[in-house]
Amino acid sequence: MGRRNPLTLFFYLAGRQTVRIVGNLGAILIFFITAFIKIFQRRQAVEIIQQIFYIGAKSSGIVTLVALFTGMVLGLQLFYTLIKFGSEGVLGTAIALSLVRELGPVLTAIMITARAGSAMAAEIGILRISEQIDALYTMRIDPTRFIVSPKIAASIISFPLLTAFFDLVGILGGYLTGVVLLGVNGGTYVYRVQSSLNISDVRGGFIKALVFGAIVSTICCYQGYFCHMRDGQHGAKAVSAATTSAVVLSCVMVLVADYVVTSFIM
Amino acid sequence: METPLVEFRDVTKRFGDKTVLDGITLKIYENQITTIIGKSGGGKSVLLKHIIGLLEPDSGVIMFQGKPLHAMKKSEWNEYRSQVSYLFQDNALFDSMTVFENIALPLRQTTNLRKKEIESRVMQRIADLELSEAADKYPSELSGGMQKRVALARALVTNPKIVLFDEPTTGQDPIRKNVILSMIAHYRRKFGFTAVLISHDIPDVYFISDRIILLWEGKVGFQGSYDQLAVLKHPLVDEFLRSLEGFRDELTGLLSKEVFRSRYASTLGPEPTVSAALFSVEFDRLEETLGSQAAVAVVSALGDYTNRYFSALGGFSARQSRNQILTIFPHTTAEEARKMVSGFGKKLEEEAIAGIQDLAHTKVGVNHCFEVFIWAGITEVSHGEEIKEIVEKAASKQEVVATHRCEFGGMA
Repeated sequence: MGRRNPLTLFFYLAGRQTVRIVGNLGAILIFFITAFIKIFQRRQAVEIIQQIFYIGAKSSGIVTLVALFTGMVLGLQLFYTLIKFGSEGVLGTAIALSLVRELGPVLTAIMITARAGSAMAAEIGILRISEQIDALYTMRIDPTRFIVSPKIAASIISFPLLTAFFDLVGILGGYLTGVVLLGVNGGTYVYRVQSSLNISDVRGGFIKALVFGAIVSTICCYQGYFCHMRDGQHGAKAVSAATTSAVVLSCVMVLVADYVVTSFIM
Repeated sequence: METPLVEFRDVTKRFGDKTVLDGITLKIYENQITTIIGKSGGGKSVLLKHIIGLLEPDSGVIMFQGKPLHAMKKSEWNEYRSQVSYLFQDNALFDSMTVFENIALPLRQTTNLRKKEIESRVMQRIADLELSEAADKYPSELSGGMQKRVALARALVTNPKIVLFDEPTTGQDPIRKNVILSMIAHYRRKFGFTAVLISHDIPDVYFISDRIILLWEGKVGFQGSYDQLAVLKHPLVDEFLRSLEGFRDELTGLLSKEVFRSRYASTLGPEPTVSAALFSVEFDRLEETLGSQAAVAVVSALGDYTNRYFSALGGFSARQSRNQILTIFPHTTAEEARKMVSGFGKKLEEEAIAGIQDLAHTKVGVNHCFEVFIWAGITEVSHGEEIKEIVEKAASKQEVVATHRCEFGGMA
């Protein structure tokens, strides 16, 4: 690279890094579009249903648990905050809006990333390093259609459903602490939940869940699919690094996307 | 002149600064077994991946039946791809699918066949490759050899015209290596495909190959038949081939062909009395009756016993083909050699081929009868005679010297 002054070096490195990041984002976008189009090809229904089972149904247990305790913690925290203002009656409103607008989609996405996203990256990474993706190509089976598209379709379908489930269980958790434990009136709690939630809140949460589903599945599949191209990492080490990157990047992108989507729909 | 099925014309492939294929020009002919040999990391797998389109050349042309691959229309390209199968070094089977599902995968995903038709085709291949008991098992539950057969069944289920084998015998023991090579030769005859394989198993791979291509420093160092390779004069190539072959034949423990040749040369004095015996078994018939594993084991047992028996009497032996062993007897007349071979035949019947019964049980069961004949031809060796000539002379005089025949599970 030769000798350069520090300022030039800074701009050189920053520029190179920026080009690399933008290049990667572009590649991920193309990867998503290609895989998304192939969702609608033949012989996909069975695979998609299987993936909904793995990504969606099998994640419902952990989502229930997290949703329940999130709702219960919200019930506790908000009750002791609202009681200072004598407003414990609006506990239902506070819990429902927090969950439906924000916590439901985000926490569901993060939990599915941890459970199913990491598995997607690892599974595809292993298929790559054991030449099974090449084997699919040699059998004239499009690896993107066969492996990636069903996972993206299943995520786009599962994320909103699990988010709705999360919201419901979370509200129930808030009821348990607020009403059963701390003595808020049950009728008031349910009434506040019903009256404060608009269709726009539900729609906003639904849109977020759709976006997160697409982001998480695309990033996880992409990391696994191209794990063999990671600099200086090969074999099992490449799969492990791809899985780590998939989870970290997905979580970060969920939070970034949450801000972007929120700013659009508010 | 015959048009090659696949032809490389001045193909170059680079990865970064490294040139892996440097102006490769080669030909692969239909219905032949073409073997690619060369140093590790010498671009053999890269070459194979170019044939199926997993890699594309930086320059040069690859042709299929005279048509450049890069100039093919999408439909032609798909048609070409449907005729090529690839058997990966580590099999690349899907661990989460059963043997049946693995074999059915290309049919389910790339054809419009009905479920019943797919099932019947898959079951046919399963039966062909003796995998009936493994159909519902997962790859991880199978031995390495069986996994290889599953991968071969998957590669053959679409009835391809060309099958590419990437080091199919790596990591296998000598008997298993020969079983896999025999299997390739056997199924190539049975299904009539063109085979291209990468292998280091010298001399075994020579015995099944019609054509050998040697990759050397990114270029084609040699292409032609084994007989042409044997007379190739290239010090580095000679050294490389000798290093692959070693001093002993792994399967039988006999001398390697190179060592055998030099011992034979030193035996021939000014007026020597040298005789030779050529032993053989009917390998193809044995393979058909007992399966590849038992057929290879018979050759291995014969080689091992020949080595032990005749070494003690001053003779030395080497395999000349898949089923032929040549023994040279220095300072021995043909009559003396005949007596030695006669004694050998009796001992062989009593001691060595009795073990075949055990091998056969696994394949044909105790109630089925089968026969094994060991043939021998004895000849006197003339001064300056080539080994090839001795083999031809002895082959014309062969007669049965030992027999194994079972009747209702017993020995005749």
